[in-house]
Amino acid sequence: MRKWLQAHRVALGVVSIVLVVLAGGGYVVGTALGGPEEPASAGPIARGDLLYVDLAGGRDRVRKTRLDRPDAPSAATELRCQRVYSASGTTVCLRLAGPGPNYEAAVLDSGNQVIRTIGLPGVPNRARVSESGNVVSWTTFVTGDSYLTPGGFSTRTGILDLRTGALVESLEEFTTTVNGEPMVAVDRNFWGVTVAADDRTFYATLASQNRTWLVKGDLTARTMRGVRQGAECPSLSPDGGRIAYKKRTGRLGPWALAVLDLRTHEERVLRDTAGIDDQAVWLNADNLAYGGTPDSGKKSTIFTVPADGSAPQAVLIEEAASPVPLR
Amino acid sequence: MYLTRSRPDTAQQHRGRGKLPGAVFALGTVSLLTDISAEMITAFMPVYLIYTLQLSYVQFGFLDGLYNGATAMLRLVGGYVADRWRRPKLVALTGYGTSAVAKLAFPMVGASGFGIGAVLATDRAGKGLRTAPRDALISLATPPDRLGRAFGVHRSMDTVGALLGPLVTFWILHELGSRSSPVFVVSFCFAALGLIVLAAFVRERAPEPRRTEAPVSPRACLALLADRRIRRITLAAGALGLVTVSDAFVYLVLQRTTGVPFEVLPLLPLGTALVFLLAATPLGLLSDRIGRWPVFFAGHVALLGVYLMLLPDGGGYPVLVAALVLHGLFYAATDGVLMAYAGPLVPRRLRASGLAVVQTGQALARLLSSVLFGVLLAAVSVGSAVLVVLTAFVLALTGAAVLVGRKGDS
Repeated sequence: MRKWLQAHRVALGVVSIVLVVLAGGGYVVGTALGGPEEPASAGPIARGDLLYVDLAGGRDRVRKTRLDRPDAPSAATELRCQRVYSASGTTVCLRLAGPGPNYEAAVLDSGNQVIRTIGLPGVPNRARVSESGNVVSWTTFVTGDSYLTPGGFSTRTGILDLRTGALVESLEEFTTTVNGEPMVAVDRNFWGVTVAADDRTFYATLASQNRTWLVKGDLTARTMRGVRQGAECPSLSPDGGRIAYKKRTGRLGPWALAVLDLRTHEERVLRDTAGIDDQAVWLNADNLAYGGTPDSGKKSTIFTVPADGSAPQAVLIEEAASPVPLR
Repeated sequence: MYLTRSRPDTAQQHRGRGKLPGAVFALGTVSLLTDISAEMITAFMPVYLIYTLQLSYVQFGFLDGLYNGATAMLRLVGGYVADRWRRPKLVALTGYGTSAVAKLAFPMVGASGFGIGAVLATDRAGKGLRTAPRDALISLATPPDRLGRAFGVHRSMDTVGALLGPLVTFWILHELGSRSSPVFVVSFCFAALGLIVLAAFVRERAPEPRRTEAPVSPRACLALLADRRIRRITLAAGALGLVTVSDAFVYLVLQRTTGVPFEVLPLLPLGTALVFLLAATPLGLLSDRIGRWPVFFAGHVALLGVYLMLLPDGGGYPVLVAALVLHGLFYAATDGVLMAYAGPLVPRRLRASGLAVVQTGQALARLLSSVLFGVLLAAVSVGSAVLVVLTAFVLALTGAAVLVGRKGDS
């Protein structure tokens, strides 16, 4: 047997190579042809719609359903995005742009026409548009050349003001203070912006040396200051009175979603939200939604949870990410 | 015995000339295919973790760093077992096979952070196991006077694969969407092709009869360090590794100081790889002619040049390109050249272990360096940190020159 194998080494090698190439090629072709893609429905997105990115087909198609009836049949839009957000006619779509793979942030107007694209230095992670549609922000994860730098990562958060066209490539350009001291550490990272109704005040996350802060900033003055430690990925409620964020439940434990009342400074950790790693959105004044990993270990699922902690999280849409309520 | 046979008196005039053995090209093909497979995953992993699975990137990074350190030691195991069994090809096959199987395990562990960490660790374990026996196979198949070129050709082919991998991932994401299975399946296919080429087309010399040689033992491997030249090159490579900061940091600072747009950042590693690809073979050939140590040393001088460029602000694209060229030349002048230098110093029966010792010393030093550098960065500004590294680098270079740089050692 051994002798025979050695004598026919080359022939066996060639046959095996052909088999692997045929099997792999067949698999790829089969996947490419697998199921006809649903044509995009006409009709612009409108108030009352719930947008999300459909992960099921792998096509990252943005779909829309009704905010009040998320289990109603959904329709495909023309957009393909890794992350999407939309408000008052402005849509930001973080998507694959070129070999590398590289990504870009495409900003679209109410007619779904691209008005600006900005190249991204990493993998899309957070996307937001202010309620007025004037301020667009996004965060990407910047990765090293190997799998990852040991224990390290960095983020880039950009903000685009559509009124002036001014682009902040990174929040690191802003002056930041924590506890009254200027924060100039090299390893500072920012992510997850939420802009208030005045289109000037914003909240974001600052991380440095294994600590995180909720920072409150001013887009005009280009400043930020730390207001609370340990709060990440903020999201302002529609009335601007509450702020939802994820916070660690232990030192290295999983995150949970918490809601802080900005007037009373009362914080409430929401039930059964352990493991959240997303910037939550307010579906309405009482309910939040976010992407998370279900217990089954499958792809991202969109969950919803009441903001007062009166009930545990519930599945809203399976195999989906980036919930966008068009209030 | 081999050394004297392959170095007739006239060899000095023909250093580096002559054909390379087919095994070098076959092993280059194996590495090319395997690197397509590995780099496909590298390019896909951030998208997969952050986007598809919504996993916590920070915890994952921590886990990954831990495994990375642990599996570096497996090079020693791979080298030792290859020598002990006198079957470097079999050990290399085991390593390549382990990594190939890991590609199929990714979809099975789903979104479990621990599971993904474990699969990556298995993948790395395979890489740790195979590296030393593979370099030993190249080293044993090639006449010593052509080793620089042989390793240069091998590293060039390897880099072609590294550059193609991300392109294949992009193509799949673009054409087939972000579903994870196609990326893992295609990656597995490339890994399997590499395995087949290794099994079928790389010839291994039949193990020589045992004769009276002492059996390969850990003690014999340790005794390698008693050899003055092996000890010195290991120390020199280790000292230089200790002052080598991670590539990711070099790119981040370069982008910042040269003032080029943020979106250029993901392209910087490609620049280094392209220069490496083009320069590895010519510099390997040069090292056969003028000596491996001078080329290895000059490579680190090029790296010193890169660090110098991290200091001043501004410069834009010209400085960026110059820095990437120097960075690529650094890799081309050191990666394979170090193996070509160390190979002939180690007796044939201990070749894999000897190469593993030198590689592990360098790898551990670089790992320690990234930890130390992180601590340094937390304490001082980028400019000061770069200054500290520059000072340490000049000291290490001087030390290395005193340790190794004497006539007749290359």
